[in-house]
Amino acid sequence: MKVALWKIAHARSGDKADRADIGLFAFDAQTYAVLKREVTKERLAKHFAGMGAGPVELWPLDNILALKIVLNAALQGGAARSLRMDNLGKNVAAQLLRMEIEAPEDLPRLKAN
Amino acid sequence: MKTVRVGAGLGFYGDSWRPVRASIERGGVQYIASDHLSELTLAILQKDRQKGNASDPPSGYARDVVPMLTELWPLAAPRGVKFVLNAGGLNPQGARDAVARAFRDKGWKATIATVTGDSVLERIDELRAAGEPLAHMDTGGDISAVRQRLLFANAYLGAQPIADALSQGADIVLTGRVADAALTLGPLAHEFGWQWDDWDRMAAGLTLGHLLECSGQGSGGNFGSAGEWAKVPDYAHLGYPVAEVSEDGTALFTKPPGTGGRISFDTIRQQLLYEVHNPHAYFSPDVVLDMGTLKFDDLGGDRVRISGASGAARPKTLKVVAGYQDGWMGTGMIGFAWPEAYAKCAKSAEIIGTLIEEQVRERGWAVEETNVEYIGYDSLLGANADPTYRDQLNECFLRMTIRTRDKRVADGFGRLFPWLGLSGPPYVGSMKGIQPAKELLGIWPTLVSRDLVEKNIKIEIESIE
Repeated sequence: MKVALWKIAHARSGDKADRADIGLFAFDAQTYAVLKREVTKERLAKHFAGMGAGPVELWPLDNILALKIVLNAALQGGAARSLRMDNLGKNVAAQLLRMEIEAPEDLPRLKAN
Repeated sequence: MKTVRVGAGLGFYGDSWRPVRASIERGGVQYIASDHLSELTLAILQKDRQKGNASDPPSGYARDVVPMLTELWPLAAPRGVKFVLNAGGLNPQGARDAVARAFRDKGWKATIATVTGDSVLERIDELRAAGEPLAHMDTGGDISAVRQRLLFANAYLGAQPIADALSQGADIVLTGRVADAALTLGPLAHEFGWQWDDWDRMAAGLTLGHLLECSGQGSGGNFGSAGEWAKVPDYAHLGYPVAEVSEDGTALFTKPPGTGGRISFDTIRQQLLYEVHNPHAYFSPDVVLDMGTLKFDDLGGDRVRISGASGAARPKTLKVVAGYQDGWMGTGMIGFAWPEAYAKCAKSAEIIGTLIEEQVRERGWAVEETNVEYIGYDSLLGANADPTYRDQLNECFLRMTIRTRDKRVADGFGRLFPWLGLSGPPYVGSMKGIQPAKELLGIWPTLVSRDLVEKNIKIEIESIE
């Protein structure tokens, strides 16, 4: 079934020069396996196409059940030359949590809530 | 077994030091590592340095360091707590003089060190002559394109000069630009006598410094989540994180008793990956950290055991971040109430768009880019805003911004908006004045051979008797 990431994961984002970066975290190992499978560079590029983002980079970190995501050229050249309200990219993580992925119904967070 | 406790100070210029009191009084810390400089704070300090006058002299340093230390020193001194702060900004000696003046007024004693040598703005030509291209790290662009517009250019120094200053007896170390985590790694290397090529210990210190450098964000603040953030207790008294470090680099990460916030596997790993690029090669001046081997054991009760850091040899180059003037931003805002709040904002954007076109045609306005956002609808989520309730909003604000090379155009843009109050769509929100032009800054990250920077590092020690 389709599940929005905010129901099964948490995330924080920040900026470095023209990059927005996001840490996406599963609450449990079962969900982490699903995130690793479903949250791909291609899906991310599509989800953030509205930011005019450059190439997406992605690293899974099994030790902390996390995906490290970097959106290159996503901040109009950087926080201090951006025209946007969210010039620091703090809400890029919130944008990510709206992504919907295919996930099994029996994930722990879905059963708990 | 010896342990060293380092507590977080500020996380940015303007952050609160109120929680640092608890770390000193109840957290058992020996050091406070305080980060006053975000990537572009030096641009603010550069403007500050240019703008000063007789009654408000130019500083070039993070001015909050004076009231912060004036309030905290009486608590810190009897407990032997030391401070490492990058509040020196572009003028560490100026920061030292200001702190020394305040301390002398109170009759306090302290030994204050400054670390300088990070600024390379005056050395751009010298560095290029020495064969350093200073090309843009990401685009490969030639620095000549921005050379004349540079406002600052500073290398990120490592932890060694900080450790040196502490071994020379400093109670307070004021630096300019150093790697944020060096503010923590410096005291740890000094206390434990870590070898500078002991990469795993360097990596451990870097990890802890990284977790401490954003103050409350390391202890449950800004916990990015749906719902979970509301479970963080007592935000009003959120305690800043404290690392209790052992000689082998492992640590217990916690916060002072009786404070709000939360230290857990979830809050710590959010901070670990914050503003990190490749987590398997997190570069610092002192070591390259692989975050993939770290182990976080959540012990409960706001305690997480951290171990397993692994490091590779430090790079032969240091990162330099330069900032340059890059045009102006003009801003206009207008708000509307129901009915059709969003539609009226969209109509206003269309009207202003027409006016911009006319100004371009008739008065030669140079507008490079126009940005339209709807506050209350999509100004923070962009294209990922959910349109379901867009047409039923109770209220909505239009925010438009333009990019231009001409300050007068940026100022003029804001003046297009008030007229809409009487001659545009109905039920206008309050007009809170016209926003002046804002200077935009481009950022130029580059690399430079570390020897060329480090030969200029200078440590000065001043004792206030």
